Amino acid sequence: MKIPTLKGADISRRDFLRSGAAVATATLAPGVTLMAFGGSEAHAAADADKRWGLLIDANKCDADCDACVSACSKENGWAGEGNPETDPQWIRKITMQNTSTGREVTMPMMCQHCEEPPCVDVCPTGASFKRVDGIVLVDKHTCIGCRYCMMACPFDARSFVHEPVINQKSHAPRGQGTVESCTLCVHRIDKGGRPACVEACEATGHEAIIFGDLRDPESDISKRLAQYPSVALRPDLDLNPGVRYTNL
Amino acid sequence: MERTIYREIEATGRVWGLAVILVGFVLAALASFFYVEHYGHIVTGMTNRIVWGLPHVFAIFLIVAASGALNVASIASVFEQKAYRPKARLSALMAMSLLIGGLMILVLDLGRADRILIAATTYNFSSIFAWNLILYTGFLGIAGAYLFAQMSKSVPYAVTRKVGLLAFVWRLALTTGTGSIFGWLVARPGYDAAIMAPMFIAMSFAFGLAMFLLMTSTLCRLSDRPIGDQLMQRLGRLLAVFVAAVLYFTAARHLTNLYTMEHAGFERFTLVDGGIYTTLFWLGQILIGGLLPLAILLLPVFGKSPKAPLVASALVVIGGFAQIYVIVIGGQAYPMEVFPGYEVVTGSGMSGIAEYTPSLPELLLGLGGVAVTLLAVGVGTKTLRILPTNLSDANIG
Repeated sequence: MKIPTLKGADISRRDFLRSGAAVATATLAPGVTLMAFGGSEAHAAADADKRWGLLIDANKCDADCDACVSACSKENGWAGEGNPETDPQWIRKITMQNTSTGREVTMPMMCQHCEEPPCVDVCPTGASFKRVDGIVLVDKHTCIGCRYCMMACPFDARSFVHEPVINQKSHAPRGQGTVESCTLCVHRIDKGGRPACVEACEATGHEAIIFGDLRDPESDISKRLAQYPSVALRPDLDLNPGVRYTNL
Repeated sequence: MERTIYREIEATGRVWGLAVILVGFVLAALASFFYVEHYGHIVTGMTNRIVWGLPHVFAIFLIVAASGALNVASIASVFEQKAYRPKARLSALMAMSLLIGGLMILVLDLGRADRILIAATTYNFSSIFAWNLILYTGFLGIAGAYLFAQMSKSVPYAVTRKVGLLAFVWRLALTTGTGSIFGWLVARPGYDAAIMAPMFIAMSFAFGLAMFLLMTSTLCRLSDRPIGDQLMQRLGRLLAVFVAAVLYFTAARHLTNLYTMEHAGFERFTLVDGGIYTTLFWLGQILIGGLLPLAILLLPVFGKSPKAPLVASALVVIGGFAQIYVIVIGGQAYPMEVFPGYEVVTGSGMSGIAEYTPSLPELLLGLGGVAVTLLAVGVGTKTLRILPTNLSDANIG
């Protein structure tokens, strides 16, 4: 697997966000003040020596289980209204059929946390950004809701907040008229934890999602990637995503 | 020797009547904006898969036409065609007005239109969208300076020519940028094509000239000023060249795609079984916006009619909307191939062709942008000496 390297743009982006720490908190809804992604607290915790990623084993993923989706929804305070076309979907379950063999595969899909994220390239204000540890986020205070990142995302991984939001979590700010996607539960990672979907999948006994540091050769995820075949989605685009799939 | 006299149009009852109707459309657009702002984009037809809808079709049409509308002025001062000079002021005013109308739609459709200052002050220079914001505002400034230079007696003609050259180069950059918004989207099979940039330039030539002809003719009728048949025929022949260029780039784009199996699915969707998109492509863009105007403008049986260039212009505008609808909406509706060799059976919002039904607020916002353009042209010609009193063939030679 390609070993990720740091880019100068990451540093300048971090500096920019640090300088913007004064605006890291803002009132998103009456009486609710939230810490924005990219704010000083969240950003300072990013470790440039790490590259966080997921390895998803499609063989272990149960078509009838959506524990990862429920856990993400509960953890981050988003919920659907029953219309998949307009609902927020930070993570979704997909079942596919091989067109020549008929074999069915089930797996979760979320932001692939690309090393070269097209959403970050196209964002006019720089609201879409990548932390030095590879996590791709949206700064909810500078997103103008133009949706160009959604046009550019090769994975349909981003959602536009189509409706007023209620019951927000202080660690996962959301805002009507802005774009959002999987944060890899950055608030948990910065405290040494793991994403909610990973823990939920483990609790069901499936253990289909492995989380870890792709830069650490001794991590479980790196060892598995070295040992077994895996794929990145849309390899034609050479984006080096942080999310990998095996047994697809 | 300049024989052209420019005068403000008179505020007759017809002019006021038209203005009231246009203001009505602008108010309806503002009401739509506040409605969507309050309830969210859920009240529009746009979704997480069709993220740019009907407002963007209107906005892109107006923005593309804006740079094309400046061509008449460019032909006059950059390419030294004296017969075009009396219309150069009008050309610059219309270019600015079209751009303002288009930008208004884009801004009011933002999820957070209140953050426009962030867009104006915080740039990510790797984004073609950010570059476009600079190109658009720069165009307004340069076209404004160009208009001033043409109208001011103290600005020497040599300076006006230089400003005109700058405006011409800038407008080419602007349309390149607009086309590249789509051309640089590498992930989607409907875009990801360098030909988008020159194709958008050809589109701008055609749409801009068509809008120019329609608006100029309307202004002359409103103010009872003559406009020469030969002049219209001449501009009509130019329009035919631009329409042919659009057809050429369209053919080159689709033939290239057809040659590679990778794009076969998207081409089949556009050309054969894409439903509304296939209909709009063949009936809207190719027939109404391409072949019919060419026939009307070039066949001798139609060519002698003084109305021919206007009918052709109206068809080019209709076909242009159809073309941009197919590019913007059709390009999003066709799914990306995230999993080659697999068919998505269930995948909440990821499978199949994305559906889109435009809503009334979207339509009203789009029409409001057109109304802003027409109002700006009206106010400009009412308050400034822009429209010549006599555009008859005898007068402009």
